[in-house]
Amino acid sequence: MTKHNLRRVFVWELPVRVYHWINALCIVVLCVTGYIIARPPGLQSASEASFSYWFGINRFIHFVASYIFIFNFIFRLYWGFVGNQYADWKNFIPTTRKFFHEMWAVLKIDILLKKNSEHLSIGHNALAGFIYFLTFIAFAVQAITGFGLYASMSDWWLPNLFAWVPGIVGGDFVLREIHHATMWFFILFVIIHVYLVFYHDYVEGRGETSSIIGGWKFIEEETFQKELEEKKEMEEA
Amino acid sequence: MTPSTSTKRSTYYEELRQKGYSRRDFMKFCTTIAAYLGLEATGVAQVSKALMTQSRVPVIWLHFQECTCCSESFIRSSHPIVADIVLDKISLDYTETLMAASGHQAEAAMEQTMKDYYGEYVLCVEGSVPVYDDGVYCCIGGKSAEQILEETAAGAKAIIGWGSCACNGCVQAASPNPTGATPIHKLVKGKQIIKVPGCPPIGEVMAGVLVHLITFGRIPELDRIGRPLAFYSKRVHDSCYRRPYYDAGLFVESFDDENAKKGYCLYKVGCRGPMTYNACGVTKWNGGVSFPIQSGHGCIGCSEENFWDNGPFYRRIANFPGFGIESNADKVGAVAAGVTAAGIAAHAIGTNLRKKKLIDNLIEEGKESEKELS
Ligand code: SF4
Ligand code: SF4
Repeated sequence: MTKHNLRRVFVWELPVRVYHWINALCIVVLCVTGYIIARPPGLQSASEASFSYWFGINRFIHFVASYIFIFNFIFRLYWGFVGNQYADWKNFIPTTRKFFHEMWAVLKIDILLKKNSEHLSIGHNALAGFIYFLTFIAFAVQAITGFGLYASMSDWWLPNLFAWVPGIVGGDFVLREIHHATMWFFILFVIIHVYLVFYHDYVEGRGETSSIIGGWKFIEEETFQKELEEKKEMEEA
Repeated sequence: MTPSTSTKRSTYYEELRQKGYSRRDFMKFCTTIAAYLGLEATGVAQVSKALMTQSRVPVIWLHFQECTCCSESFIRSSHPIVADIVLDKISLDYTETLMAASGHQAEAAMEQTMKDYYGEYVLCVEGSVPVYDDGVYCCIGGKSAEQILEETAAGAKAIIGWGSCACNGCVQAASPNPTGATPIHKLVKGKQIIKVPGCPPIGEVMAGVLVHLITFGRIPELDRIGRPLAFYSKRVHDSCYRRPYYDAGLFVESFDDENAKKGYCLYKVGCRGPMTYNACGVTKWNGGVSFPIQSGHGCIGCSEENFWDNGPFYRRIANFPGFGIESNADKVGAVAAGVTAAGIAAHAIGTNLRKKKLIDNLIEEGKESEKELS
């Protein structure tokens, strides 16, 4: 039996954690209210329409949540340039050989369930980082299509910056379908994301799940020393 | 029919007086049309002045691949003067449907107008233009529609696309579009086309666009894809009288249910009002009698691009492309979620088998520590 000598590393700064949870909440709210907008339940009511406004309120919540979602997202983009090394934008966009190499390694370990032979990044592993990059694109698609749909109902300049969107995709109809279909990307993402977090916690026992609450992860002393050496080599080169 | 080029063209007002309209009729008309155009009260004076002082603008009205429903709608617009003033025999120099002349005579009339009023006439196009097989699917007087359009567009002061055919191809451009039906803005290069889509467009809207051209001598303010803002800036949904039911979440579930009787919102039976920009909710049809939603049928989005191919008319969600007829994004999504869940289950089992040693190790280590402390 190998004994683990774990070392605490502060990975997720407070702004990153706050971002994560606001984002998670917004996505849940947006998916639920959005789904209701697309497929409202069949209700019967004895009273007249003037006594009820629930569908309007549902839409209102959707719009408010989307504003929070978007500003939160913009904040995260900003933090990708000023945050610590684990928040840096380079974690998300494959630019180096090492990035691709690690993506492949993660595929082998996590999906093909091969033996864990090398140590992976402490923050996001390369594959996760890349998938988050795809989610950022999905965020942007939802923001652009959403504002495109919303523009005609708004007087504010911000949504109206996107008034051109329906024109290029062939009208509100197509736009709405894109917006709706993209929602499913989020649902699938959430399922897989939550599962993989639990999976990593279970297999590695390094505090994956709690890291997004407290900010700490735990890594083996050996791995820590290796990282340190690599860093030094990099600096010398 | 053939315009006399020697004498001065009479003004709209003069023509109307000759036809027996009183000044009172004329002023009523100006007021009505100014209201449709969304002008202020002073706009009435502008309209009447223009119609009294300006000689009539020559109009060439072409018919290509279409059913003539636009012309029908136009001559049925609520105010009789609309048809008389702009259409009838007063203003139209060439239109196959309504002119008296035919054959060579008619073609000659058009050529005359094109020559005499080069750069002055208004070109109205009803219908799309087939471009496959050298345009054989629509030929008039030995010329293809494409040719005719090109020639007439060259000297036009303004070009109006009437109806969805001219603006987005309508039904003949629906998949698989066998004749290559093409909307005119894709063929006429370098000129702004005023798009007045709809199947057909509302007669008052058509009249309004023409009167705007005459009154102000320039094209009306257009939206991003070329539709006059005065009529196409709002969704049918925004001016629909059933909107309170929508906001209250009270929907018709099927056309014969209790909710339909009560006049609830038609959203769930496929109403496209929320995606369709048109003036139906305000101007209505047949002189303000009714409009589709008022008659209990959802909007089918006739003024929107591609409305024939945008999925079934009686369902809220369109088909998801590439997944067969009965699929929509939600069904595809639900299946994907199911597959994902199954994949996760398999993965979880696989993990416990293949990484058994690793996991056992962790568990043992944890237990060991616990024991040491007890
Ligand atoms: S009937 Fe159609 S246009 Fe009217 S409120 Fe309902 S969805 Fe909107
Ligand atoms: S209600 Fe919709 S489908 Fe009907 S005429 Fe108006 S825009 Fe066209």
